[in-house]
Amino acid sequence: MSQIKERQEEIIDEFSMFEDWMQRYEYMIELGKSLPTIDEQHKKDENIIKGCQSRVWLYADLEGEKIKFSADSDAIITKGIIALLIRVFSDQTPKDILQADVKFIDEIGLKDHLSPTRANGLVSMIKQLKNYALAYQAKLS
Amino acid sequence: MAEAKFNIDKIRQDFPILQRKVNGQNLVYFDNAATSQTPKQVIDCIIDYYENYNANIHRGVHSLSQEATDAYEQARIKIQKHFNAKQAHEIILTSGTTHAINLVAHAYGSMLTKGDEVLVSALEHHSNIVPWQMMCEKNGAHLKVIPMLENGQLDMEYFHQSLSTKTKMVFVNHVSNALGTINPIQEIINAAHQVNARVLVDGAQAAPHIQADVQALDVDFYTVSAHKMCGPTGVGMLYAKEELLEQMPPYQGGGEMIAEVSFEKTTYAGLPHKFEAGTPNIAGGIAFGAALDYMHEIGFKSIEAYENELLIYATHLIQEIDGIVIYGPEPESKTAVLSFNVEGLHAYDLGTILDQMGIALRTGHHCAQPIMEYYKIPGTARASFSFYNTKKEINIFIDALKKAISMLT
Repeated sequence: MSQIKERQEEIIDEFSMFEDWMQRYEYMIELGKSLPTIDEQHKKDENIIKGCQSRVWLYADLEGEKIKFSADSDAIITKGIIALLIRVFSDQTPKDILQADVKFIDEIGLKDHLSPTRANGLVSMIKQLKNYALAYQAKLS
Repeated sequence: MAEAKFNIDKIRQDFPILQRKVNGQNLVYFDNAATSQTPKQVIDCIIDYYENYNANIHRGVHSLSQEATDAYEQARIKIQKHFNAKQAHEIILTSGTTHAINLVAHAYGSMLTKGDEVLVSALEHHSNIVPWQMMCEKNGAHLKVIPMLENGQLDMEYFHQSLSTKTKMVFVNHVSNALGTINPIQEIINAAHQVNARVLVDGAQAAPHIQADVQALDVDFYTVSAHKMCGPTGVGMLYAKEELLEQMPPYQGGGEMIAEVSFEKTTYAGLPHKFEAGTPNIAGGIAFGAALDYMHEIGFKSIEAYENELLIYATHLIQEIDGIVIYGPEPESKTAVLSFNVEGLHAYDLGTILDQMGIALRTGHHCAQPIMEYYKIPGTARASFSFYNTKKEINIFIDALKKAISMLT
């Protein structure tokens, strides 16, 4: 099993223990507190993801053959969402990132957040993660 | 108390949507400034149209077309009476406020030239900013901004000083959507007319709460959207004085707006049809009339008094919460809008948690980014009340807000 898949399974397991939305959101807020991971110097306008009601900065660096993502946001729930995405996708190769799905989002009860019309821009975040992977894949090949 | 004679229980029964649950909780709908809910009288009116007399208007000789035309034109008369326009043909039915403003920016704007000045208030919705910027790019007129003050009201001193014989138009909303501020439009209209400038008042946010009398105001253009006042989406009104409508060239070409067409020359239809190209939103127009009937049955004075009571009640309760910042003027100078933030928290987080508890409010910049820029905030949370809301719902909201704050801090 790829690491990305494994990490998604872990998250699904964690969330399956919660009984209601409050516990889910409290956990997301807790996860959000692990951010920012982004270096102040990368927290600039060109790294802002468009389409979010809250501001989200996402940056990616190549370490060896793997991509390391870092991010921040001004909204705590958004931070929680990105923390989950980073946990799944960071320290992975561009190829694995590009091939991966994000089925855990559905399974942990955040499916509503996936709708492209939703103001939090989760779709834009995933797109941006994949864009970075695409760019670094080109650089590596 | 207004609530007792008002028969709120009966009113709430008119709105089927208020019975539904959201995320397993009873819906508390506090996003009325974005769109109001629809009473079954209006819903029934739309169904009746499609079930019984759906036909294209103004053309057919058959009975259905005649019935539909009569109903549509009766709706226009209801709207005329509601806003006290002198003539029914001064009411142009549009797809909404945005369409109405674009119509004026395009048609009246084509008569402005370089060197002319137009004034726009800093409290505007983007829909009353962008069409004028586009107009100015085209005709070379200069756009000047009437700034706002810390309390969410306009800098009237600046406004008066800015007026000159160069000023050709002034755009201002009757009520700000982001803050609820009621603007001194009578003062603005009177002063603008002194220098022969025309005034467009965007009445979208005022219309659900305040019955404007366009003749008493002597306003040149007044715009509203039906969906903010218990009507359907996709229909609205431009009121304009007859003389202005006569001067203005048509905005869009098509059917309905012509008298005679040949490839050499087309002559345009008279008012209001000159500005109503194409098949309109017929059911919507008729339902707009039904929405006005419904609101009049309750009474605008009662609505205003009751909503104000809700606003004062909510303001009092929310102020007791630590870290609350309220934007905009005191309750007596605004409509039932509570635009706020909690220190250290993002409005988006509040809105997300409150939604889980069944409470619908708006978060973000409310399409009024210049206001947010003034306060140096990314946005606010906005609770906006309507006459079908209750103090009980406000209690639920306040409890939910406290819960959300404790989760987020």
